Amino acid sequence: MCSQRKYRTIPLLIATITAACLLLTSSVFGESKKEAFKIGGIFSVTGPASFLGDPEKKSMQLAIDQINAKGGIDGRLLEGIIYDTEADPSKTVMSVGKLINRDGVVTIIGPSTTPTTLAVIPIVERAELPFISCAAGNKITEPVKPWVFKTAQSDIQAVTTIYQHIQSRKIEKVGIITVANAFGESGKEQLLAQASKFGITVVRQESFGTSDTDMTAQLTKIRQENPGAIVCWGTNPGPAVVAKNVEQLGIDTPLYQSHGVASPKFIGLAGSAAEGILLPTGKILVADLLSDDDPQKQALLDYITAYESKYKETVSGFGGYAYDAVNLLAKAAQGTDGDQKKIRDNLENIKNHVGISGVFNFSETDHNGLDPSAFVMVRIKNGTWELVE
Amino acid sequence: MQEILQYLFSGITNGAIYAVIAVGFSMLYSSTDLINFAHGEFVMLGALVMVTLAVTFGLPLLPALFLSVLVVGAAGMLFERLAIRTVRHPEPIVLIIITVGASIFLRGIGMLIWGKDAHSIPAFSSQPPIDIAGAKLLTQSIWILGIVMLVTAGLHFFYKRTLTGKAMEACAISKRAAWLVGIPSKWMVLLAFGLSTGMGAVAGTIIAPITMPGYDMGTMLGLKGFCAAMLGGLGSLWGSILGGFLLGILEALGVGLVSSGLKDATAFLLLLLVLYVRTGGIISSASVKRF
Repeated sequence: MCSQRKYRTIPLLIATITAACLLLTSSVFGESKKEAFKIGGIFSVTGPASFLGDPEKKSMQLAIDQINAKGGIDGRLLEGIIYDTEADPSKTVMSVGKLINRDGVVTIIGPSTTPTTLAVIPIVERAELPFISCAAGNKITEPVKPWVFKTAQSDIQAVTTIYQHIQSRKIEKVGIITVANAFGESGKEQLLAQASKFGITVVRQESFGTSDTDMTAQLTKIRQENPGAIVCWGTNPGPAVVAKNVEQLGIDTPLYQSHGVASPKFIGLAGSAAEGILLPTGKILVADLLSDDDPQKQALLDYITAYESKYKETVSGFGGYAYDAVNLLAKAAQGTDGDQKKIRDNLENIKNHVGISGVFNFSETDHNGLDPSAFVMVRIKNGTWELVE
Repeated sequence: MQEILQYLFSGITNGAIYAVIAVGFSMLYSSTDLINFAHGEFVMLGALVMVTLAVTFGLPLLPALFLSVLVVGAAGMLFERLAIRTVRHPEPIVLIIITVGASIFLRGIGMLIWGKDAHSIPAFSSQPPIDIAGAKLLTQSIWILGIVMLVTAGLHFFYKRTLTGKAMEACAISKRAAWLVGIPSKWMVLLAFGLSTGMGAVAGTIIAPITMPGYDMGTMLGLKGFCAAMLGGLGSLWGSILGGFLLGILEALGVGLVSSGLKDATAFLLLLLVLYVRTGGIISSASVKRF
């Protein structure tokens, strides 16, 4: 008898507790007038690509705080839910699943790298969810996929910027040396594809491994063809070795590098060999050198001040991708009440949005929205950057 | 002609580095029958310790070099003491897997201490490259060749002329017999680890100025060194040196005359070829009988 009664009390207890909980929660949530606008973020905050993901995560948070301080979107505050992908495609896919199914986000920003982005594109396409990638690969938005956008500049614009400069110096023959990984391959593809448009012939194409210590053999081969310029496409440390080898071999052909080395780190690595090297870079690196009539100057300076005062660290060239993404979404989400189809349509129609990475003009055929003006050419002089026309 | 000479210079420089790394592999193999797949990581440690000592602490060149080699040699001995000797059933496959684990562990440590960025360090001497018939020879290459020759000669002397060196050789030939005549074989193994990883560190310190050392540089260098050792004859001092130079020169000529895409393929193609035709390497250890 006694034990039976005991059993009977347990469901009662559970029911009481549940009821109490429900009452408590409803009273807590009842206070906020409107539900928060949930944005998912997936960045490689740790792991090999943390130099991208860490500033992106911070910039996303910064943009959300700024928008919330102004009252949010149509009175609804933004809420960022951020997961770390560790630059691992399978972890990224899992995070996207969590964001969509458990957290119920309206849109997703990130991931930081091209492989992780390509891994999640099928999922967001199926879920019909507006998605803005922070990775640079051309394949993300080409061909155009209805729900996929990206804010990082691509190799297409970087190559165009370099070739415009080479053309203006009346150079017709170039030798290219690219790193043997996805970044280098994509650069090589663009360098070869766009050359004829600028009346340029690629007389020699060479490659080097990511951890090679000596590129003199490749450079000697390039020198045999007497090119008017050498274009090197890679990320540190390879291009610094190339710069050193060019100096050591006494090659006096102008050397162009890609935006992949546009950081003070490259100057530190290459030392005196960096002098005179030309490269395209996003404007954030040279924000204070820009002329006052540059449309992006004010936006860049504001972002740099806000970022550096909030996080007490030097701004990086990559956080802007996430900052732009949040601001673009906020613009597109106005008046949609979270309707994903409407947000997507609005995104596609955004024109002249002045961002960190450039001035965005999206269209049905262009989901990156940037043109070569997103880049400026700089020359390394006395260990720092100098704008070139 | 000028180009060929330039390829040769480049090949000899790289070859010297492969040779030192290969010697490290060979030395350990001849005294313990063990292939240390963490060897490349000790090369990385050598380079990065050198960066810390020479750049951060501003030590002069030679003390920094010696100290880095000592530190890494000590780390190698610690590795033997903690991870290799404590294994209850020291079968080769178990030990090799332990070294693979150690390589991942050391890379992680390298990343934690020195960060993910590459580092740079000034060349040992700042003279401009020397012009020989239109081809440029870097002064650092001369340093590399000189140090490699010195180290090789020193090792040769150690194995042939000193009691400890002979004791090590005895251990290599038969551990049991060496133990019977009173040679402390455990100490010899420990010493072999110290010397082998120290050799790796030598390679790391001398290439630090021409490459940009970073935590992930070790793997590829280790593999190339392993190829060179196999090529020349694993377990043979001169075989490893020969294998290293051969690999470096063929790689450079492959890049120059065929295609730079084939650079890494050259090493591994050559290795396969040698293993098919002459399993023991060019100077097979059977005919040289270890060191």
